[in-house]
Amino acid sequence: MADLTTRLGALTLPNPVMTASGCAANGRELHRFFDLTDLGAFVTKTVMADPRSGRPTPRMAETSSGMLNSIGLQGPGIAAFLDKDLTWLHSIGARVVVSIAGNTAAEFAEVARALASHPSFACVVAVEINISCPNVANRGLVFACDPMSSSTVVGLVHQELPPGTPTFAKLTPDVTDIVAIADAALQAGATGLTMINTLLGIVIDTDRLRPQLAGITGGLSGPAIRPVAVRAIWQVAGAMREGRIDTAPIIGVGGIRTGLDALELIAAGASAVQVGTATFNDPSAPRRVRDELDAALDARALTLADAVGIAHRRKVQL
Amino acid sequence: MRDVVQVRGEVVANRRVGAYHHLTVVAPGVAELARPGQFVAMAVGGPTSANLLRRSFSLHRVSPSGAYGGTLDVVIAAKGEGTQWLTGLRPHDEVDVVAPLGRPFPLPTEPVATVLVGGGYGSAPLFWLAEVLRERGCRVEMVLGAASEDRLFGVVEARRSADGVTITTDDGSAGTKGWVSDVLPEVITRTGAAVVYGCGPMGMLRSITEVASAHGAVAQVAVEESMACGVGVCMTCVMPVTGNDGLTRMVRSCVEGPVFRGDRLRWDAFDDGVCRVPADTVGAPRPGGH
Repeated sequence: MADLTTRLGALTLPNPVMTASGCAANGRELHRFFDLTDLGAFVTKTVMADPRSGRPTPRMAETSSGMLNSIGLQGPGIAAFLDKDLTWLHSIGARVVVSIAGNTAAEFAEVARALASHPSFACVVAVEINISCPNVANRGLVFACDPMSSSTVVGLVHQELPPGTPTFAKLTPDVTDIVAIADAALQAGATGLTMINTLLGIVIDTDRLRPQLAGITGGLSGPAIRPVAVRAIWQVAGAMREGRIDTAPIIGVGGIRTGLDALELIAAGASAVQVGTATFNDPSAPRRVRDELDAALDARALTLADAVGIAHRRKVQL
Repeated sequence: MRDVVQVRGEVVANRRVGAYHHLTVVAPGVAELARPGQFVAMAVGGPTSANLLRRSFSLHRVSPSGAYGGTLDVVIAAKGEGTQWLTGLRPHDEVDVVAPLGRPFPLPTEPVATVLVGGGYGSAPLFWLAEVLRERGCRVEMVLGAASEDRLFGVVEARRSADGVTITTDDGSAGTKGWVSDVLPEVITRTGAAVVYGCGPMGMLRSITEVASAHGAVAQVAVEESMACGVGVCMTCVMPVTGNDGLTRMVRSCVEGPVFRGDRLRWDAFDDGVCRVPADTVGAPRPGGH
């Protein structure tokens, strides 16, 4: 057994493997397959202020080693989430990362306020700020595509949470310079970063010769995007190492299917990892990835802490 | 207590049946838990497959014991990459199985007459259902329909499992030329059926629901919708369903279904290959919203 303990700022977790937001619902479904407390943390589906029906179907298109989804942040709204879902997660002893979003920066703050005032906030080890969603007040431009919007949201959320609550801003890779967005989120007070969200894509149904998704565009996820995630983590971790931006913990997500996949993101600079789309293929994937990562670190005589960012130290100098 | 299992199944038989394949897989632990109307989600292409999404099929039958240990049977139409991989499996090949999933067909508490309607290989779960219903003293009539004779599934099995069988084909190659909804009114009237069970394409389920309602029977239909996971985490297989409180919600057909009361489904939302979100759905998009 390798030492899998990981530190994300002031937060220490027994292992670095989490679910990914939107790929694990709110816990009950996967708890039928493995004990959620075996994970470093459970990451909830993004919750907004009000109930949302989500988009029409088809919402999904399979792609090579991946899929497009266009769910539209379907969810019960923060009040029902807190009373039903978070309360249940608390009852089973899970360490929970709550993913929040809003149509406006003010809505993010409203959701954070409700979360912080609920008794089950006690099980929340961190808040993930899903800024990779459209800002209704800014022509639908994704918050995380604009440093100013990202900064505003992170700042407002922080004001609503008890001091010291770890927060992670979840970034989209669909930007020109992800380091600039990472910098803005950290300057605004985020504890760390979650990278990456899905990439925007379109699939054409070749029988009907029209977009396959009812929502036209969807988010691409799955093993196909893993190199993009590794690249984004590498760039941001590299900027931290060079002192160009503040040093902060990174949670890596994007295309992890096996323990070795997880090790790639960790070696690029992630202190923790999330298993997303692979869970659709294998509902036991998050725990399996934890065990495979354990074996992979053992085989290399490394602890988790040794492995974080190791590829930066070992890269060939030319 | 665990109510679902994930096991590495072993194929014991793969037979061609008309236009379909009938696959038997050793999957210990499934039969003890499964009831008619539930389904299985199978991974395709092996552990490194580029096709990540599970393929879901109604359980045709389950058998708790036997020479190989517990088995499950499914009927598959090879339509795309995933189903072609499954129908190409040979004895001793492995397939990752998650089952049983979803809610089964609800059974009547009284020994009432029932009609079971299957479209194409949608009939797969109905023979097992017929046996369970007859054990409870229910009269069972079956109506099987398909585009053509080779696309009917289980005609011989139906004659064993049911008290009466009616066949329809679009082209008249077997039984009555026409649709199941053409013959259903007469079958319901003749038998005084209180419940009509249906499984098949959505358009057919809608017709079954309309005919059943018009004849005072309750329709219980097992829906068909693309699923990525089958276990309730991906939120792709949703459809608008009206609950006991009269409110419509986009619900997951994998966990709240696949069996729904036909009159609870918002059939008005389905059109031209999409399912819209009715304006009165809880949390429906509003102007300025999402």
